[in-house]
Amino acid sequence: MYKSLLCLRYLRTRYIALASIISMTLGVATMIVVNSVMDGFSTDMRTRLRGILADVIVETNSLDGVPNTQDIKDRINRAVGKDIEGITATVEIYAMLSVQYGSQWQSKPVTLIGIDPDTKATVGPLSKYLVNTDENAVPDWELSPEAMAYRKEWTTRAQWMVDRWNHNPPPEENKQISFEEPASNGPLPEPDFDSESSSESPFDSKPQVADKSKAIINPFDKGLKGSAFEKEEKRDPGSPLKARVYIGYGLVSFPYEDPDTGKTEMFQIVKPGDDVKISTVTAGHPPEPIHFNATVVDLFKSDMSEHDSSLVFCNLEYLQEVRTMIDPESGEKSVTSIQIKLKNPEDAAMVVSKLEEALPPNLFRVRTWEDKQGPLLAAVEVESAILNVLLFMIIAVAGFGILAIFFMITIEKTRDIGVLKALGASSNGIMSIFLSYGLALGLVGSGVGVIVGLLFVKYINEIERFITFVTGRKVFDQRIYYFPEISTHVEPMMVFWVAVGAMTIAVLASILPARKAARFHPVESLRYE
Amino acid sequence: MTETISMPHPQLSAIAVEKAYRKDKHKVPVLRGIDVEVKKAEFLSIVGQSGSGKSTLMHLFGLLDFPDVGEIRLEGQRIDDLPDHARDQLRNRVFGFIFQFYHLLPELNLLENVLSPLMIRYSTWEYWKRKKEFKQDALEIIEKVGLSHRIKHRPSEISGGEMQRAAIARALIAKPQILLADEPTGNLDSSTGKEIMDLLTNLNEQEQLTIIMVTHDDSIAAQAHRTVRLREGQIEVLGKSQAASVPA
Repeated sequence: MYKSLLCLRYLRTRYIALASIISMTLGVATMIVVNSVMDGFSTDMRTRLRGILADVIVETNSLDGVPNTQDIKDRINRAVGKDIEGITATVEIYAMLSVQYGSQWQSKPVTLIGIDPDTKATVGPLSKYLVNTDENAVPDWELSPEAMAYRKEWTTRAQWMVDRWNHNPPPEENKQISFEEPASNGPLPEPDFDSESSSESPFDSKPQVADKSKAIINPFDKGLKGSAFEKEEKRDPGSPLKARVYIGYGLVSFPYEDPDTGKTEMFQIVKPGDDVKISTVTAGHPPEPIHFNATVVDLFKSDMSEHDSSLVFCNLEYLQEVRTMIDPESGEKSVTSIQIKLKNPEDAAMVVSKLEEALPPNLFRVRTWEDKQGPLLAAVEVESAILNVLLFMIIAVAGFGILAIFFMITIEKTRDIGVLKALGASSNGIMSIFLSYGLALGLVGSGVGVIVGLLFVKYINEIERFITFVTGRKVFDQRIYYFPEISTHVEPMMVFWVAVGAMTIAVLASILPARKAARFHPVESLRYE
Repeated sequence: MTETISMPHPQLSAIAVEKAYRKDKHKVPVLRGIDVEVKKAEFLSIVGQSGSGKSTLMHLFGLLDFPDVGEIRLEGQRIDDLPDHARDQLRNRVFGFIFQFYHLLPELNLLENVLSPLMIRYSTWEYWKRKKEFKQDALEIIEKVGLSHRIKHRPSEISGGEMQRAAIARALIAKPQILLADEPTGNLDSSTGKEIMDLLTNLNEQEQLTIIMVTHDDSIAAQAHRTVRLREGQIEVLGKSQAASVPA
């Protein structure tokens, strides 16, 4: 009884000891905040990665892909059919994306993925990431009415402009049309290289010019020989092209700070309904370069900057066609990757090992989405672990503070310890007083730290805005992190273990002073001045 | 010179006790063969100059220290060689201590200070079960020492005399058999000192409490039944029983 009473009284009257646990409080609060932010970031990232990639990915070792997709699917179904919820075949290839803005062409390396939206939707929530598509809708390759209207408008203007130039040719020295002043912000429509018969496309202007030297220089003119477009039939320039794409938001938009409001806005250079140019290679050896234009159906925004600035989804059949992945005799189509969604994502490792046995290893590589994104996930985990170690050091430093102050308190309490021993208190009893005092300090320190940390996490975005307002400097810059706001996720067990860790350090720090106090000789203690 | 007093049924006795302290590498003898017997309900005073060993003898009686040689016996049973937990229990149940500087615990109020030996004796659960009973006992004792109006005060808020009364109440709450008082009036003015001595005398007479009091003041020592005078660690004079002449 006397132990808890004295412990509580020491807690109430020894403010210096409370000061020693401020660093512990701050350490606990910081650990909770950092872990919650990292966990929020990691959880969001994993959700998005998994949504994009599916649980298990079977990839061919060759970019040429493998034919007989149905046979591969049958093998997969035989091996792990009961575990599969959805499956889709894709073609994945590196490509260059070219978009025009103003007078400039911007080209970026991308990963071009040919997908079938219907089956892709069974392995991941694709529509969730499409900016202008309803989250619950099954995505398709059709333009929305708004995108269609936008496309009609700019193609009409482009046609008018071409007509104007052709009827009023520029002076001899400026006879070539420059694309520095395009008719619209959108990239140019698909040229129709079936030129002899076409007269409707705005770029199909050859019949209108007297000779080749007066032809409009179109950037799409180059390198299109041998492409699929040569075979494309005459079509309405306002209608979308046969190739359709979902483009990563980060590829065609740029953050900028509005000078009036000071807010970060996203500037978009491509809209649904615009056309872009894609360059890639055919299957076969050696690979031949191919180029084609595609109509942007929607923008893809997963909030994973790595994906949003590198992925372009294209209609699978068209990609297979232009890459010559369709056997002209059998009509067999090749694929480079098969994505699988599992009924129970926890079984991914087991499914991978079964598929590795079922599929020839020289042709396929089977990985979970985590394996595929291993370096990225590992980087986050390593970062989190290092931060935890560093922050735990703060608590350890607080432990040394407690140790020093406890030694001071035991010296101060020497005579009281003698009195307690004279009254019959045992050495263990004296030790218990100081151990429970350490535990009480740990409880208070970590308790306050937990409360402060959780409140900080709850209001982290408000705090970020306040600090930004006060300092005039952005703490959380969306241009860097690509998240609209700081996402957090509080894991109760993490909070528990951080608090327990802090309390353990407080108790450990009080062991030495407590032992010293317990060993005081009662007579010497009573004589202590 | 060692002199032994034989009394019928000694309650507490020191037999050929020797004690030395070590200062650096030097051994400083403090007690050099002391034999003292204390009868039940006796009021014994131990007097001597500073350094004569009187406080050391009291500490040995109260099991706060170990004799180098000799024995301490309670009711004929040797107690100085008992294990720690048994010594702790004896200090809590048999002996009551009063110190020159009161030694109240500054974090506790007067009532809690008085109750502290019971808090030490009983487990938290047992104490809480009997808390009312203990509190009642403590209030009675506090009233006896005249501090009923100070029970919520901290030691720093009361006078020296009141602190010593509180220390006496603390010593009495555990219903000890023997009260060990080390210079109980040494830090008080003469008037307050007299009040404390009257209190101790009354306890001895009315409660039949054995009291061993260490003092350097002969006039205070004269109020005891018997006086043991120490000189350089040995008993110099053993006065005759003065029970009859103890002032009221």
